Amino acid sequence: MSEPVKIAPPLTDAVIEKLRAGDKVLITGVIYTARDAAHKRLIALLDEGRALPFDIKGQFIYYVGPTPAKPGAVIGSAGPTTSGRMDAYTPRLIELGLKGMIGKGQRSQEVLDATKKHKAVYMAAVGGAAALIARSIKKAEVIAYDDLGPEAIRRLEVVDFPAIVVNDAFGGDLFEEGVKKYRRVG
Amino acid sequence: MRKVSAEEITKTVRALCISAACDLEPDVVAAVKAAAGSEESPLGKEVLEQIINNFEIAGREHLPMCQDTGIAVFFVEIGREVQLESSLEEAINEGVRQGYKDGYLRKSVCHPLKRTNTGDNTPAIVHTTLVEGDKIKIKIAPKGAGSENMSRLKMLKPAEGVEGIKSFVIETVSVGGGNPCPPIVVGVGVGGSFDKSALLAKKALLRPVGTPNPDNEFDALEKELLNSINALGIGPMGFGGTTTALAVHIETYPCHIASLPVAVNIQCHADRHKEATI
Repeated sequence: MSEPVKIAPPLTDAVIEKLRAGDKVLITGVIYTARDAAHKRLIALLDEGRALPFDIKGQFIYYVGPTPAKPGAVIGSAGPTTSGRMDAYTPRLIELGLKGMIGKGQRSQEVLDATKKHKAVYMAAVGGAAALIARSIKKAEVIAYDDLGPEAIRRLEVVDFPAIVVNDAFGGDLFEEGVKKYRRVG
Repeated sequence: MRKVSAEEITKTVRALCISAACDLEPDVVAAVKAAAGSEESPLGKEVLEQIINNFEIAGREHLPMCQDTGIAVFFVEIGREVQLESSLEEAINEGVRQGYKDGYLRKSVCHPLKRTNTGDNTPAIVHTTLVEGDKIKIKIAPKGAGSENMSRLKMLKPAEGVEGIKSFVIETVSVGGGNPCPPIVVGVGVGGSFDKSALLAKKALLRPVGTPNPDNEFDALEKELLNSINALGIGPMGFGGTTTALAVHIETYPCHIASLPVAVNIQCHADRHKEATI
């Protein structure tokens, strides 16, 4: 197995273009959390012509709804949720400069087209590995939609957050390539 | 008659909620470890090792293994010599309320359309059966949505028979791909009615992984389906590999002469189930 690539958002097109489907990455820096309800509100803001609660240019969104932090802990368990539920909202955020999404499972063709057109990557973290992943989160702060509880938008500071590039900016697709390699049926 | 108080049920349920979220049952741990040994994809093997590492951290530090601590599903067997001193559902819901709060578990239950969170992970889903004796057996199987959302049900034509069942199960796993967090456990309910088949599929998930179906014919079908599913190549987290499912479990029931219901309930690798007897 190849060594992981270290990346630190906000990312430029030049860094995105170096990533390929199947690359292991370690993310250090700031990433933002958002899932279904938060995405719905972000898009509503855009529809009203208002600004988003954070500057999305070059940033990463992690699809996660963590468990409550125990006393003294930064965050609770925090593994990825199914990305496909965000498909309807994602292309618009990519157009605005979103560079990376972290979740699990397949994306729609519209999302994949947007990642190619605007140079973005979709990465997967290991679903269910929530206690392990939480160890790479060093700081967590709710920056919007506190009323949404686990679905609030959080600003996370992470160190060596582990993910795998699934869809790169050139149409590379780990799910397609990986499954083809191990498929034993006609 | 033996009296059982609401407090006793609540206390038991509270503890079950917390331990189910943090301590994985040994049957599942053993199955994932075996899969890590046999997985052919190096990346798939790495994913399985990460999953095992996560189980160990969760158990040791008493943290939820997955952030989706699920909607709380219960199967309760009540001995007919038991006299309940209060509503069973209320006592269970109070246990869920306390367990999800005190265990720092995520509250994931909301109004189906307004999407407002109920705030305490209630109401639980409670299935009850009356049995002989003076005990209450409570089984909890908290269910995350990633895998639940990939579950499907189909009313087959009887002429489609076993081939129809096989292709529907394989198609369901195929459509789910990496979404339900493979390696998965596949619960299949065959027969009964529309509702019964779904319940059978869920009950099938309660059987410990690695134990055979007592019916020889269905045991053979489970093994055949498991081989076909693992030949799909989906692999751990859908990254490609030889381990897509850890097990296929089938439960059956007689059905109408004109029907052949088949339900497929998908369970992720965080196959949480615990039980206690009062």
